[in-house]
Amino acid sequence: MADASPGLRERPLSPFTQVWRWHVTMAASILNRAAGVGLYAGWLIFAGWALALAGGPDAYGAYCSVLASIPGQIVLFGVAVCLFFHLAAGVRHLFWDSGRGFMPRTATVSAIASFVFAIVAAIVVFVIAHLGQGSAS
Amino acid sequence: MSLYRTGLARARGLGSAKHGVGHFIAERVSSVALILLTIWLVWVALAVARGGYAEARSILASPVNAAIAVLLIVVGLYHAMIGMRVIVEDYIEKPLTKAALLMLNTFVGWAAAAIATVSILKIAFGAGA
Repeated sequence: MADASPGLRERPLSPFTQVWRWHVTMAASILNRAAGVGLYAGWLIFAGWALALAGGPDAYGAYCSVLASIPGQIVLFGVAVCLFFHLAAGVRHLFWDSGRGFMPRTATVSAIASFVFAIVAAIVVFVIAHLGQGSAS
Repeated sequence: MSLYRTGLARARGLGSAKHGVGHFIAERVSSVALILLTIWLVWVALAVARGGYAEARSILASPVNAAIAVLLIVVGLYHAMIGMRVIVEDYIEKPLTKAALLMLNTFVGWAAAAIATVSILKIAFGAGA
């Protein structure tokens, strides 16, 4: 490769985490990606749930007892937080795609709002689910 | 001189082949669908937490709910597969590992979608009998 193409310019390297000052929008960005990975696991849990439900009461009972255990509940709560955070962050991205919400202050506020929404919504869903369980059985 | 340049050399620096935006658009379109499907998911999760096995079976006995459940798992995993592909492409440098993980992503995603779909249909079709 002695002569480079005329159109090929020196490409800039993207800034990496060591040279970035921590800010909340950066955290929201990488945690949105992490939440996506968590939701991948969530879909596999959902697929397993459907399989157990199709397998009959015994299979379903066994599957749900795993989900109802302490580790199971921690995982499910984590998936719920991921779901609601990814949802909020996804809506942020759709606004950005329309060219809105890029002002630093707006982006910071919407990032914090996403975090708050994720935690609050997950807790609300879990409280409602557990209250309902108590009254049914 | 330009006669002797390879196809690759001519293509360099000219930008993409105009196909790269496909996943970008698919990710956004599926995300809009998933906003609506998530509302249904939360409703079902709460109903099932309350009603257990019988409630879950009766929800999926309804054709509309079964259809939404299939859409949810297929669109959700499709969106997840696109996202996971981006993550693998971003962080995994070794070509063989990258190819293996991208393949694993595709296999696991479609396998889970197929298993969930058949399970939901089995419940939906079996419920009437």
